[in-house]
Amino acid sequence: MIEKTRSNKAWLLILPMTIVVAFSAIVPLMTVVNYSVQDILGPDTKVYVGFEWFRKVLRDPELHAAFLRQLLFSFAVLAFELPLGLGVSLLMPRRGWAVSAALVVLALPLLIPWNVVGTIWQIFGRTDIGMGGAALVKLGLHYNYTADRVDAWLTVLVMDVWHWTPLIALLCYSGLRAIPPAYYQAAAIDGASGWSIFRYIQLPKLKNVLVIAILLRFMDSFMIYTEPFVVTGGGPGNSTTFLSQFLTRLAVGQFDLGPAAAFSLIYFLFILVFCYVFYTVMNRVGQG
Amino acid sequence: MAEIILQSISHSYEVKRGAPDESARGRRAPSYALRDVELRWRDGGAYALLGPSGCGKTTLLGIISGLIHPTRGSVRYGDKDVTTLSSRERNIAQVFQFPVIYDTMTVRQNLAFPLRNRGLPAAEIERRVGHIAEILELTEVLPSRATRLSADQKQILALGRGLVRQDVAAILFDEPLTVIDPHRKWLLRRKLKEIHKQFHHTLIYVTHDQTEALTFADEVVVMQHGAVLQRGTPEELFRRPAHTYVGYFIGSPGMNVMPCEVERQAGGARARIGAYEVALSATGAADAPSGHLELGIRPEHIVVLGDAEAGGLPVSVTAVEDHGRFRIVTGKLGDHRIKIRLGQVATPGASAITVGATLRVRLPPEHICLYRDGRIVGSGVGRDGEESA
Repeated sequence: MIEKTRSNKAWLLILPMTIVVAFSAIVPLMTVVNYSVQDILGPDTKVYVGFEWFRKVLRDPELHAAFLRQLLFSFAVLAFELPLGLGVSLLMPRRGWAVSAALVVLALPLLIPWNVVGTIWQIFGRTDIGMGGAALVKLGLHYNYTADRVDAWLTVLVMDVWHWTPLIALLCYSGLRAIPPAYYQAAAIDGASGWSIFRYIQLPKLKNVLVIAILLRFMDSFMIYTEPFVVTGGGPGNSTTFLSQFLTRLAVGQFDLGPAAAFSLIYFLFILVFCYVFYTVMNRVGQG
Repeated sequence: MAEIILQSISHSYEVKRGAPDESARGRRAPSYALRDVELRWRDGGAYALLGPSGCGKTTLLGIISGLIHPTRGSVRYGDKDVTTLSSRERNIAQVFQFPVIYDTMTVRQNLAFPLRNRGLPAAEIERRVGHIAEILELTEVLPSRATRLSADQKQILALGRGLVRQDVAAILFDEPLTVIDPHRKWLLRRKLKEIHKQFHHTLIYVTHDQTEALTFADEVVVMQHGAVLQRGTPEELFRRPAHTYVGYFIGSPGMNVMPCEVERQAGGARARIGAYEVALSATGAADAPSGHLELGIRPEHIVVLGDAEAGGLPVSVTAVEDHGRFRIVTGKLGDHRIKIRLGQVATPGASAITVGATLRVRLPPEHICLYRDGRIVGSGVGRDGEESA
């Protein structure tokens, strides 16, 4: 018989991590939960209101609009960035000095701080001194992102595509490089066409990379704040007010801590559930 | 199907085909993966290309299949010069080191893929796929996803994609058993032999495993440093290695090779190894050799003498490895290490073979090969009349 040594030392080992996680995630999150069920009238006056704020937030038409706008934006971003990023990665050089050059050029937008990206596009799109805006006006188009909703929307969308397509291109490029040459050789021997190689070798081998790319871009674009804030400030009207900005206005602008907290939780849960469902479905599909 | 002929093939990964000679290009001479290879593959033969990693065997395979275009030389399938044709345009099939399958396709679609790409009618594709699947015992898994197969089944599927095409000139294998479980390896190897019997395709099998090469092939080509050292049947390679490296590479353990000097005397030639003398066969060392001479003998062929027998060379035993069915005795003959392979039953009348003991051994002249600068000399083996072939 082997006597099992019983000891609770293991708890000591996970203690540091528990403390870090507690202060970085659990305590702040619980504070938000705490706010979401109370009406905070002043530093010492608070009233328990139960799910009142959740009800209120979920019925807010302004929030509905922002939510739909956000969904539309995130899917538009994915619809442009995925094919574009994939296409760029397929066209990238495979050897020689051109590889480094291409990588550096692609990485540049990713290295720029987000508010600077916003500033760049804010100036770029201006019709008086911005290269892009002025050029469009010179071409005879009625472009003005500060006044026209569609123009504002397109500007923010193009900015995001410019900013984040390189990330997808880099991910896909690394995925493509990881395909063993034997696959291409076998395809050549089997007489496969260029399209067949893409359809039956490259795309399937890139599946995992693309899933990660979609998750990253969805989460990130769903939380977009800085760039539209700098470029349009959410306007004109509310046309580029996405969820984060709506939330900030609620919490910091109007100081409605209760509704803001309730909304934060809903926001958080939505992203969590979406990513979980997406990831699970993609995994199932992979196993056939 | 046709004979495959390689004519003075040289290949460097640093020099493009048709580029001017290396001396014109730069200071550093480019390294060559293959140098002046001349080979002829008979239609329907089973060949093995054997050699250590980096000897150029995979490059050679790539040149046959058209994945690589040689820097110099030409490739012909029968009368047709295919040197500059792509793999697509050549009728060739290749099985790679790890199974290459199309993940998103079913087994059936995988098998049909090469035919679909060549635009065959659907009924014909269906018929051939069914036929090949039956032979490869894949019929039951035809509708399932190819990713579900085990590693050895995947490798069979990869082979099947070559077999469905009736026009292939040869099927090339690039170390196809590397990722297969040891106990499935022999099954797969047997399957290959069956398929060879049935289809009479030319099979060229690259490996660095001599057992695989010797059991698979009718003829083995041994390569080193981008050059062909010897081609022959497994038996020829064993009995009469053309190069000391072949002797060392084939056999387990490899051939004993010891530097020697040769003297011609009235009674026949004799080789001197350090202080000891060994008789050579009558025809041995006919063209009195100069240069660096070496004597080679297989560990299996060394005879340990019994205590009652006279003569022999003294070998002091330094190690004995027991391999179950046989033992490998390592010893020293003068300064030279020598390996002897013995059956479990001791030589009658001989003392026990233990570390520290001294054995007396005889090197039978008919099994001795003589090498000059690494290459075999005229007739090292005494069986008359064979050398002219």
